[in-house]
Amino acid sequence: MADIVLDHVYKRYPDGTLGADDVNIEIADGEFIILVGPSGCGKSTTLNMIAGLEDISEGELRIGGARVNEKAPKDRDIAMVFQSYALYPHMTVRENMAFPLKLAKVDKAEIARKVEETAQILDLTQHLDRKPANMSGGQRQRVAMGRAIVRSPKAFLMDEPLSNLDAKLRVQMRTMVSKLQQRLETTTVYVTHDQTEAMTLGDRIVVMKSGVVQQIGSPQHLYDEPANLFVAGFIGSPAMNFLPATLENGSLRTSLGDLGMPDRVRRALEAADAPREVIVGIRPEHFEDAGVVEDHVRARGSVFTAEVDVLESMGSDKFAYFKIEGEQAMSDDLAELAADAGTADVPDSAGQLVTRLSATSQAREGERSEVWVDTDKIQIFDPHSGANLTSKDPATANA
Amino acid sequence: MTATAPANKKIGWGLINLLVILYALIPVLWIVSLSFKTADTITDGNFIPRSWTWSNYAQIFQINLFTSALRNSIGIALISTVIAVVIGTMAAYAIARLDFPGKKALVGVSLLIAMFPQISLVSPLFDIERAIGLFDTWPGLILPYITFALPLAIYTLSAFFREIPWELEKAAKMDGATPLQAFRSVIVPLAAPGVFTTAILVFIFCWNDFLFAVSLTSTSRSQTATVAISQFTGASQFAEPTGSIAAAAVLLTIPIIIFVLFFQRRIVAGLTSGAVKG
Repeated sequence: MADIVLDHVYKRYPDGTLGADDVNIEIADGEFIILVGPSGCGKSTTLNMIAGLEDISEGELRIGGARVNEKAPKDRDIAMVFQSYALYPHMTVRENMAFPLKLAKVDKAEIARKVEETAQILDLTQHLDRKPANMSGGQRQRVAMGRAIVRSPKAFLMDEPLSNLDAKLRVQMRTMVSKLQQRLETTTVYVTHDQTEAMTLGDRIVVMKSGVVQQIGSPQHLYDEPANLFVAGFIGSPAMNFLPATLENGSLRTSLGDLGMPDRVRRALEAADAPREVIVGIRPEHFEDAGVVEDHVRARGSVFTAEVDVLESMGSDKFAYFKIEGEQAMSDDLAELAADAGTADVPDSAGQLVTRLSATSQAREGERSEVWVDTDKIQIFDPHSGANLTSKDPATANA
Repeated sequence: MTATAPANKKIGWGLINLLVILYALIPVLWIVSLSFKTADTITDGNFIPRSWTWSNYAQIFQINLFTSALRNSIGIALISTVIAVVIGTMAAYAIARLDFPGKKALVGVSLLIAMFPQISLVSPLFDIERAIGLFDTWPGLILPYITFALPLAIYTLSAFFREIPWELEKAAKMDGATPLQAFRSVIVPLAAPGVFTTAILVFIFCWNDFLFAVSLTSTSRSQTATVAISQFTGASQFAEPTGSIAAAAVLLTIPIIIFVLFFQRRIVAGLTSGAVKG
């Protein structure tokens, strides 16, 4: 049990590239924090630095208040779960879990007791004498977790522990990890590239890109108040829609038509000295079929008409996809997101508007439909810096 | 046609396999046959001896030279194998895992040694060993054997070490192991098949060597079995010691067969399966 502090931490590789660029994170005791970002964003590097598997080039890492930069992994008293599980194949499950205790010179009876206890928690009791090779992915994953929790370390580090499981099992294990962390109340740093995992698991999320921390905050905060285009596009599924827009006479001219600006947005833009050309971000759920919106609500937003390209009915909601005419929002952040998601090569993916309509919507594929936008919820970004110009959170606006 | 194709294929492969086996085994069987023939039937050209005898085997153990040579062979080969494998394991680990200055040079030099014609080194070695008193001693053979076995050991072992997922070592570190503990309790057990394979190869190399043994030894103190066989003499000056040579040759293969059988059980393929996702 300890807090972990990364104080202006840098990772500089011999060729001069920065794996981590001035990372500042304060992780409270017992907190579950998620490092998330596309591959190569520095999240694993950061985790490895906390673990001691990679050296810190500059800055200070403190665990439980004490500087540990120079300490070997074994002296930091933290456990790690690897993406590949890294189970010792020549040892049984029991021996795998007992290994850290054996190295810590715990006496035999105590080892046996702790291993039994951990096996019980993870439902591995009947597998204790099997070798990892004969086990399923989910079981191996639990053994890896068991090996980490058996010695009650100060903190857990998890490096994409669920990414090798199939989708259904991943959801199950996600709940298990969450419950386990609540039960043990151990500080946990969890690395993932899956934003759903990040949203559902963490107390707080750290979004990283190219070694730089983009924003730190609770899942809801990141969702509602993304600091920049990158965070906005990364968090949320389906992703936020981005449209290029021009500020004109107090309204936003977009390819969907003119969108009215509520006072909140207008004031924020004035304060931020916004450029004329901006990018508007609208989450799918902030659209609604104009036919089902009550009149007084309808008045506070804008309405546009467009042809429904594809309609997916999920039962609880309907996802309507529209084609966006005209040019598309362009920015470095968005290009990077598209490259990471692999959508850069998919035709039509960029010029698409995703809307989530209520199940009662009458929208039909191939027909024109009236859609209402809740302009109160829109976010406006600077296309050059990517910064969120409408964020209420001044600390993150310039991150 | 489609129905008979797999059957034809099987027969074809079977024939090829049979040919290869015969090609490899006929000389061996021939020498076994010779070792059981009596002195007067040895040249009769029959594959299966007309009259069987153990006398060839009994005879070679009456020669003191052979028993002492056998002892020398076993001792020298075992010691060389152990030393070469221990040093080779550590060197191979370093080459597979660490980045250190001069790594390429080290690999290059060890490859160079392996390619060097041994015969060209015999006379300098002879002179050196004479000068420093190693001539005709066990260390006098063990040293050059290790030199020539090491490149072989390093090459085979580093291939095995590269197969072991690096994350296992990281995991061991996180579990609280010192680098040495991680090496001993995680890496070495996993590399065991490689270590045993290497041990067999090195042992066979030392056991079979004739060139160094004949050049760097002179008495029963350190002469090895291969050399002893070459110095067999017949009952008289005119009798060829063919039977005894054959018997000794058969005997010499026995330790190798035992060695291979013993270690074969430990060469379990796919020992690392289950370590990582695959």
